[in-house]
Amino acid sequence: MSLVMTLATRNLLHDRLRLVATLIGIVFSVVLVMIQMGLFLGFGHMVSTMIDHANADLWVLPKGAKCFEDPSQLDVKLREKVAAADGVASVVPLVIGFSDWRLDSGEVTPVFIVGSDVKAGGLQPWNVVEGDVRSLSQWGAVAVDRTYFDRLGIKKLGDAAEIHGHKVKVVAVTDGIRSFTTTPYVFVDQKDSRFYTGMFPSKASDLLVRLKPDADRTKAVQAIRDRVGNDVEVLTTAEFRKRSRSFWLFGTGAGAALFAGAILGVIVGTVIVAQTLYSSTKDHLSEFATLRAMGSSNNYIYGVIIYQALFNAVVGFIMAGAIGYVVVRMTERSALPIVITPWLMAALFVLTVVMCVASGFVAIIRVVRIDPASVFMR
Amino acid sequence: MNDIIIDAREIRKTLGKGAGEVQALRGVDLALRKGELTLLMGPSGSGKTTLLLILGCMLTPSAGRVTVCGTATSDADKEALARIRRDHIGFVFQSYHLFPTMTARQNVQLALDIRGHHGRDAARKSRDALALVGLDQKAKSLPDSLSGGEQQRVAIARAFVANPSVILADEPTSALDGDSGRAIMRILVDAAHKRDRAVLVVTHDPRIVSFADRIVRIEDGVLADEQADESERRRLPKAASWP
Ligand SMILES: Nc1ncnc2c1ncn2[C@@H]1O[C@H](COP(=O)(O)OP(=O)(O)OP(=O)(O)O)[C@@H](O)[C@H]1O
Ligand SMILES: [Mg+2]
Repeated sequence: MSLVMTLATRNLLHDRLRLVATLIGIVFSVVLVMIQMGLFLGFGHMVSTMIDHANADLWVLPKGAKCFEDPSQLDVKLREKVAAADGVASVVPLVIGFSDWRLDSGEVTPVFIVGSDVKAGGLQPWNVVEGDVRSLSQWGAVAVDRTYFDRLGIKKLGDAAEIHGHKVKVVAVTDGIRSFTTTPYVFVDQKDSRFYTGMFPSKASDLLVRLKPDADRTKAVQAIRDRVGNDVEVLTTAEFRKRSRSFWLFGTGAGAALFAGAILGVIVGTVIVAQTLYSSTKDHLSEFATLRAMGSSNNYIYGVIIYQALFNAVVGFIMAGAIGYVVVRMTERSALPIVITPWLMAALFVLTVVMCVASGFVAIIRVVRIDPASVFMR
Repeated sequence: MNDIIIDAREIRKTLGKGAGEVQALRGVDLALRKGELTLLMGPSGSGKTTLLLILGCMLTPSAGRVTVCGTATSDADKEALARIRRDHIGFVFQSYHLFPTMTARQNVQLALDIRGHHGRDAARKSRDALALVGLDQKAKSLPDSLSGGEQQRVAIARAFVANPSVILADEPTSALDGDSGRAIMRILVDAAHKRDRAVLVVTHDPRIVSFADRIVRIEDGVLADEQADESERRRLPKAASWP
């Protein structure tokens, strides 16, 4: 084994205070980037949660609908036209929209109604922890999430309230179906949802399309488009998810803000590592000059510096990872969970290494300029 | 003539710029032969270090040429000069320049490491080199825990370990007490006589004059004339016969 690593590590461990400062810099920067990107992913997941849980291959949407919550409507008669297209197995209309929920105390709070045909499937509550989804087909039955119990003035399954002047009863309770818009989702059967949202029977928000198992997706999309005309759009689930995410993340500037935070983290981290590596290199300049006098190649010296940079990167990343794990755990049950995927971790590791090695080059530029003779003339 | 390891001809060196410009060397000819320990003596500021650095391919002369083991150095770039140092030259500095975070053995082994020579064999060779300078018991010590003389012996072991043909030492004894200084000089004399190296020692330490095979005097960037040099050499007893 070469002594490059020994020399690099010993030098780093020798300047304890500086090592601590460097690692704190790296950890802060990586954790900042991790949280920003984790929020970005968490937000992305959250805004598409309804789309992800809908039982649909294709979505027929009013033209220009930007996201699941979009208030625009389409003609429910399209349902028959779509159902008649080649490859289509079933079509379920969705009726969604804002409404008002009256607590026992008389207080009123806004809710978001998600109405789907309970018998036909489509979009049903998931993660049901109490009650039975099938009971939703009864008049006035609703499913709510237990994280919103307080807000909705509900204490348990079977409690009653009023939506838009109609008596309702909680027949199912879910866990973890949260909305990033803080407005609670309330799942109901499609027939009820028209009373709550005031949508006419001739209208629907979207149509959820299931294809036959052997259907050709591209051909089916085309077949539906040919039938429904220009007032509506036909998107695959993946396309709709992407459109929703880009609307909420970039249309609203939230994503840009998160990215700006992440970039700031990278800049701060790079500056800190560059600064400490540079000053460390400066302090050890006479050692590098000695190596050079002994006849070492520049590459050998760069090896020492780059190894120091990598050491910083790996140790800093491991510490940041541990903190990230705690943060993920802590936000798991919050309104906006931070989502950290293996891909994000891999990307963060690469970023940390790049950040540290780039900083190493700043130090290398300094070392290239040393004239070994100058060290020995004194 | 094959005995000549480093041959320097007509060396001139201007240091500094503008008003601070100094003619540190003004036409120096010097050849270092194997098996010979040469002392380079002269007053402070006379150009001794400058000459040593030029002979050691650490500084390029403003004029003149240096040949190391038959290789002309005038066209070499920095990386090529480093290679010449790596292949042929060992340095010993007045202030040792050991690596404070590395043990004595690792300090010596660095000289092998930069030559791409790693592993057990390199460690063994480094311990052997330490044994040669009488420090086998201190292989695991850090420089800070060694005396000045011991540190300088580690530095000499480092200069030797890769078998260079020439050893250049700048004031290796001036920071040491008499006994340590003599111990260092005996090692350097052995390197010249028993191992057939060319050794150049820059000094203004009169205590070590007796170890020289040859003394070269420098003043104001020029060598005192060769005649005086030769006569001085004849007056000196052979260093190897010293206890
Ligand atoms: N970087 C420099 N710029 C300008 N002048 C320099 C520089 N380095 C050395 N000098 C001058 O060059 C001359 C020769 O210096 P050198 O270090 O070779 O002398 P020396 O004989 O080794 O002296 P000492 O015995 O004090 O070590 C001196 O006058 C010194 O002041
Ligand atoms: Mg000097």
